Amino acid sequence: MWRDHLTEIIVFTLLFLLVSAMGFVAARWRRPQDMAHLDEWGLGGRSFGGWITWFLVGGDLYTAYTFVAVPALIFGAGAAGFFAVPYTIVIYPLVFLVLCRLWSVSHRHGFVTPADFVRNRFGSPILALLVAITGIVATMPYIALQLVGIEAVLKTMGVTGDSALARHLPIIIAFAILAAYTYQSGLRAPALIAFVKDSLIYVVILVAVVYLPYKLGGWGSIFDAADAKFQGTANNPNDGILLNANNQLQYVTLAFGSALALFLYPHSITGVLASRNRDVIKRNMSALPAYSLLLGLIALLGYMAIAANVKPLPGAKEGSVDGNTVVPLLFDQQFPDWFAGVAYAAIGIGALVPAAIMSIAAANLFTRNIYKEYLKRDATPAQEANVSKITSLVVKVGAVACIVFLDPQFSIDLQLIGGVIILQTLPAVALGLYTRWFHRGALIAGWVAGMGLGMWMLYQIGNPATGKKHFAGSAFPLSEFGFDTKKTIYVGIVAVLVNLVVAALGTLVLRAAKVADGPDGTTPDDYFADEGDPRVSTSADSADSAREPVA
Amino acid sequence: MAAPEPEALDTARSRAKDKSPWNWLLFIPIVVPLIPAFFNADSPRLFGFPRFYWLQLVWILLGVGTTTLVYQMTKKKRGEH
Repeated sequence: MWRDHLTEIIVFTLLFLLVSAMGFVAARWRRPQDMAHLDEWGLGGRSFGGWITWFLVGGDLYTAYTFVAVPALIFGAGAAGFFAVPYTIVIYPLVFLVLCRLWSVSHRHGFVTPADFVRNRFGSPILALLVAITGIVATMPYIALQLVGIEAVLKTMGVTGDSALARHLPIIIAFAILAAYTYQSGLRAPALIAFVKDSLIYVVILVAVVYLPYKLGGWGSIFDAADAKFQGTANNPNDGILLNANNQLQYVTLAFGSALALFLYPHSITGVLASRNRDVIKRNMSALPAYSLLLGLIALLGYMAIAANVKPLPGAKEGSVDGNTVVPLLFDQQFPDWFAGVAYAAIGIGALVPAAIMSIAAANLFTRNIYKEYLKRDATPAQEANVSKITSLVVKVGAVACIVFLDPQFSIDLQLIGGVIILQTLPAVALGLYTRWFHRGALIAGWVAGMGLGMWMLYQIGNPATGKKHFAGSAFPLSEFGFDTKKTIYVGIVAVLVNLVVAALGTLVLRAAKVADGPDGTTPDDYFADEGDPRVSTSADSADSAREPVA
Repeated sequence: MAAPEPEALDTARSRAKDKSPWNWLLFIPIVVPLIPAFFNADSPRLFGFPRFYWLQLVWILLGVGTTTLVYQMTKKKRGEH
């Protein structure tokens, strides 16, 4: 009943309203001369310094997914869910140099999206279109995942109803507000809100990791309680507080594959391109792991929930449970009402920041690589900004539809599928930053092969425990390939390897057959340009010069 | 867009910085956290944390330390910031 949670609801609502107000005010923050330009609306003027970038990218990468789904995974499966920690450790050294190159070439040519880069680098509008569509499709479930975070909180506070509409009404309202201020303020809105969101999250988690173990008898007994629980589940051999011989390969490939995928997501690139110079990026690669520590501690909330005997609320379907509610329930059970309200607000707002950035990134992809490329070649910067703003609204409606019609229990799996998809842009986007060796036709063939294989593998994966036959996860049993083993591997890694092999072989074949390749619109120097370099575009001229390869 | 002379010098210098041998250190925090043999055990426990958990959290420091070192060693010496 919601009346029992009145204090929590009031605190949650107040903080939510405060943040909404900030979202609208953000349009005046670091006010641009001309907001009707995609560089301003979609990239915040490309001017963010170290601190803003830290909050923005941190708030962007470590989402409500972090707060809700990772501990839920730990609660359900144990050690396997801790993959999020190595994943977010290897990511930064991995992209330390790559992102700087992307930043430089993007600034010199005024690129707004990864597909802009691919179009210019490989002279192929089709390849760029594939990259853009991949980005949009992969981002949609990610936005939906953010809604799952809010929904888990609302459910715990008893804000729910019998009909589907009543149950989802609060989320629809929250997203309508989010859509309105994103429309008005663009990337400045999530950048400003991120300060509040991250501060709340840091406070909540620091309190949680000190106060909860104290209440639950210390860390040792928390782990022992989790161990005892997993020992008791004989039907699931792959859970436990340690990995076993069969899921180590999955753990490592999932961590590495997710790390490869993260900065291919359009929203991560949006955050990076909004920074002022290369130094800001490099410093952030050292500073962002502070969030990884936070993530590791948040993950362990799953074990605290086990030790505190939390029983998850029922899921959308009869007889199922909604694992995503374990953390909100833990807070509800252990914290005083007002602080639980603060924690819920942190989760709720934590969903808004990435959702805003993701919808902006998806909208930019549509505007730059579909609208401007295929529908209106001579679009002015003002028209581009306008189309992007409207598209961001459409994207949010799509995400809400995802959540209204799908079972939230599958949120993590949906996101893992998105990860497999986005990984297929790796050869064109990430390797493309280093080498122009690949033939554009071969990259397209590789993409098709990787996508096809990835989708087939995901389709084969079932989960006997939930009775789901297809798309039930990303751990592919190697026995399906004919190996005599129980080991599993992350689908994305296999798919992207096949993608690479096809792209490499295809390149050799197409070169041998002397098939025409596209022109490279970039020069080697472009990849080292920095702030102050005379040829780094300023926002005034960048959008139009972007289409013209620099001779 | 013809490139004036001083700028060509600038970019040449930044390229040299990008190619620094210090960058090879970045492989350490990419490879080490992905070897389960290091951390997949319960003992020794630290503050009640099994090794699986505390050691992987320690890898975060490894990552921060390495990226900070590489950044400091490769950043431009002109130092206007």
